[in-house]
Amino acid sequence: MADLTAALARRFAEKLAAAGLTDPGAAVAACLDDRLAFSRPSPHEELLAGLVDRLGVGCVLLAPPAQPHRTILEFLAGREAPAIRPRDCETRTFFHDIPVIAEPTVEAAAAALSRRKGAYLPGVGILAHGALSPEQAFVTVSSVAFAGFVKFFADFLAASRAGTVDAAYGAAFAAACRNLPPPPTVVPHLARGPFTDRDTMLAAMAQAGRATVELGLVDSVFGNISYNLDGVLAISQTGAALDDLPGAMDLVPLDGSSCAGLTASSELAAHAALAALDGRQAILHGHPRFAVIMSMDCEDLATCPRRERCHVDCARERYAGATPIVPGEVGCGPRGLVHTMPPALAADGGRSGVIVCGHGVFTMGAHDFGDALAALCAIETSCRARYFAALGIPTETP
Amino acid sequence: MEHPTAHILFCDLSAGACRREPLDPELARQAPGGRALAVALLAARPRAVWDAPDAAVVLAPGALAGFDLPGVSFAALAGTNPHTGGVLTVAVPGGLGRALARLHLAAVVVSGRAAAPTALFLDVDGARLLPLGAAAGQGTSAVMASMPAHDGALVAGPAALAGSTLAGLWADGLHPVGPGGAALLLTAKNCFAVAVLAQGEGPVPADPVALAGARAAMERLVAAAPALAGPCGFGRYGTAALLDLTAGRRMLPTRHFRETVFEAAGRLSAPGLFARLSPRAAGCPGCPTPCRHVTANGTVLPDGDAWSHLTALLGLADPDLTVAAYAACRQAGLFAPGAAALLAGRAEAAGRDLAPDALLPALAALVAEGPSVSPSAMAVKGVALPAFDPRGAYGLALSLAVGTSGPDAWGGLCLGHELLRKPVATDRFSFAGKARAVFLGENAAAVAASLGGCPLYGLAVGLEEWALALSAARGEAVGAAELAGLGKRTVLVERTINARAGLGVADDDLPARFFAEPGSSGEGIVVAPLPREEFLAAQAAYYRLRGLDADGRPAAEAAALESPWPI
Repeated sequence: MADLTAALARRFAEKLAAAGLTDPGAAVAACLDDRLAFSRPSPHEELLAGLVDRLGVGCVLLAPPAQPHRTILEFLAGREAPAIRPRDCETRTFFHDIPVIAEPTVEAAAAALSRRKGAYLPGVGILAHGALSPEQAFVTVSSVAFAGFVKFFADFLAASRAGTVDAAYGAAFAAACRNLPPPPTVVPHLARGPFTDRDTMLAAMAQAGRATVELGLVDSVFGNISYNLDGVLAISQTGAALDDLPGAMDLVPLDGSSCAGLTASSELAAHAALAALDGRQAILHGHPRFAVIMSMDCEDLATCPRRERCHVDCARERYAGATPIVPGEVGCGPRGLVHTMPPALAADGGRSGVIVCGHGVFTMGAHDFGDALAALCAIETSCRARYFAALGIPTETP
Repeated sequence: MEHPTAHILFCDLSAGACRREPLDPELARQAPGGRALAVALLAARPRAVWDAPDAAVVLAPGALAGFDLPGVSFAALAGTNPHTGGVLTVAVPGGLGRALARLHLAAVVVSGRAAAPTALFLDVDGARLLPLGAAAGQGTSAVMASMPAHDGALVAGPAALAGSTLAGLWADGLHPVGPGGAALLLTAKNCFAVAVLAQGEGPVPADPVALAGARAAMERLVAAAPALAGPCGFGRYGTAALLDLTAGRRMLPTRHFRETVFEAAGRLSAPGLFARLSPRAAGCPGCPTPCRHVTANGTVLPDGDAWSHLTALLGLADPDLTVAAYAACRQAGLFAPGAAALLAGRAEAAGRDLAPDALLPALAALVAEGPSVSPSAMAVKGVALPAFDPRGAYGLALSLAVGTSGPDAWGGLCLGHELLRKPVATDRFSFAGKARAVFLGENAAAVAASLGGCPLYGLAVGLEEWALALSAARGEAVGAAELAGLGKRTVLVERTINARAGLGVADDDLPARFFAEPGSSGEGIVVAPLPREEFLAAQAAYYRLRGLDADGRPAAEAAALESPWPI
């Protein structure tokens, strides 16, 4: 049993590295079954063991972030302690804020983690816990990295426009930019549609999901994908990893004749609404970072009375280039993106994509995912270029 | 700040008198409301047989039930379990909990026995006992109609009058409150209804801005939960939406749990029924995803357990007959899933499915059988299993076995991760890690039940959000870990009450069928018998996590250490 627990700990430590969230071998996972097991020996074992015990959870991950996340989180932690408050939609919905732990003690870390799923310990890394499964902690690490990235670059642009960038922020920004992965430019060839049978369709969805993650257009545990095959919508399940979709897709009749979509993505209603408005069969939703950042760049941000609610309640018609930006939060609530995104994407005979403010991008393809992935990639590449252009930086290495 | 629900009302029905006492501040801190407070008060009393006049029934609103929070209006009812002699705690949905909280009542403790069938009515003027007369035997609608205007009501029916252990309660005429036998706690005192009129504003939170933030966080998470707010979710179709899922996962209890796939399940999909009947949604006060549905003529549609057991468990597939059967159960005050389970067992013994035209007469006959009715064979602690075959989800199997009041599908939150992928998906055919999952899930469910939360909202709202809300209401920081301790203590007190009644490891078990017979495999899903040795190992691991001995009883040290109450 102890060997199995250690293997589980190693698997999740390696998964963090595979996702690019930590450098290989850097993460430490502590998992508890009958007894506590670590993924590897670590000077932080006492801290992790204390947290497992104090929090009463099954797993704690310590993830020293890979670059550029390390630079970003160290800077944000130093500037925003006791808590980093991101403005992206995912964090607002699920995580509230990211506490900064003042000192590397069990007491301080437990105090932070007793009220949040994850926290940042400066000089050490992201700490996250999973009461039920290490998967929960993995999702949290991924979210903290994403939220920090978006906040860091969005705030820098806002500060630059306001003329308030100081030397420390400038240095951190330059360091982060030096470690940015290159923009996605080469879109792989995907299976050509239309797909006429379920197995072929599901295989194409799995392929597109993997490609979206590999291009860095979504972290694996976010985003969703669907395909309308003769009135039955195949859609990724809630919480499904886009790079591991086989067995994690639901087949939902669009005539509403069954509740087969009970475990489908939170955005099932938005996908179904799109299917009703737009004849294109393939829908892809990712969280490309610079598209999210640029969706939060608004010239009225400093004065708009709705600036704290613009991700759900923006009255302006906004675009990033030709791509509309709409408000809307996750799911089917009264301010849900189900009310804003589908009409925007289906407008004008079918647009190539729509950015949901502070959240991500939806794209469509007529009969397969090739065009949807290409559009997602193009929107991100364009937003990335627009970001640096807005800073007056012709290249990405200031 | 003053505790928002600061008094306990003690009602002695023998004497026809009530007295109001302030809630001890230390008890309020340790057991802030709802289930935690109800079992604490129960445990503090001398042990009594469930139908003895000195036995107490405690009704306690959740600590946050008086505030305007989504899905937070529940009360808890606790008393001596008629099936086991141990504890019985049930969640009471609807307006009753919120109304009690807005009368600044932390709990109502009912003891004694009225001389004639009575209703207990509470408002700002105090408590009154209202004679019910013949209405007590005329059906739950008649009892409801005899109540003065109210914000919330809990009502028993003729099945309870007859003394049936299948008798459940109905809240606000909409919500079944089970399991079977729950109604007997009140009717043993000749009390057939409790109704509350608040006529006032809710309590004032210590930090209104922070409470608004907590409310917004809860609303966002509910909106983002497919099973609650999604197009196929409970807010659209009620828990009857689950039948398609259990059918697709080959864990739909069919023909008295002999099979796990029902050939006619496709005809029982909730959308088909809703398309024909066009019901309106109804639910608890302020709920953004109301899960009850009522037709134009006032018929309440079945919840998931009733819908499943009145069809597949009986081998029946007539939606109209099922709706009629549920209406009959509602009028009679029968807990429909338990009644269906009993009839399914009798059908198996007879060697044939129940004939459709025999269902309504059989339900009527069950009422007439009164206290002589025998428990279902497919039960735990005398309570019929809910509409999920344990062979299809191993964590759920463990949680059904160890639940302190009997099997509760939402009691260990395993449906969330094993079926509905929340907060993450786990392998439903494995016991690995499930003892801890049940331990943690039970603690979280006990917290929600203590604060007034809907059990279904455990799919979205976690301890983190509960801590935000309670901190805002009280004006003092409460952490998620602290709340988890509250849940742990609550379950331990319930375990202690059960141990005093002689319950042990043999009571934390499932019927032998699940370990000996496979379910209905197919479509790539193998439904094997539950592996007995692995189940027992998980049960033992659960005991260790709970601080119980090998017989499932709290070690004396653990009880003394963990429970702040005199037990």
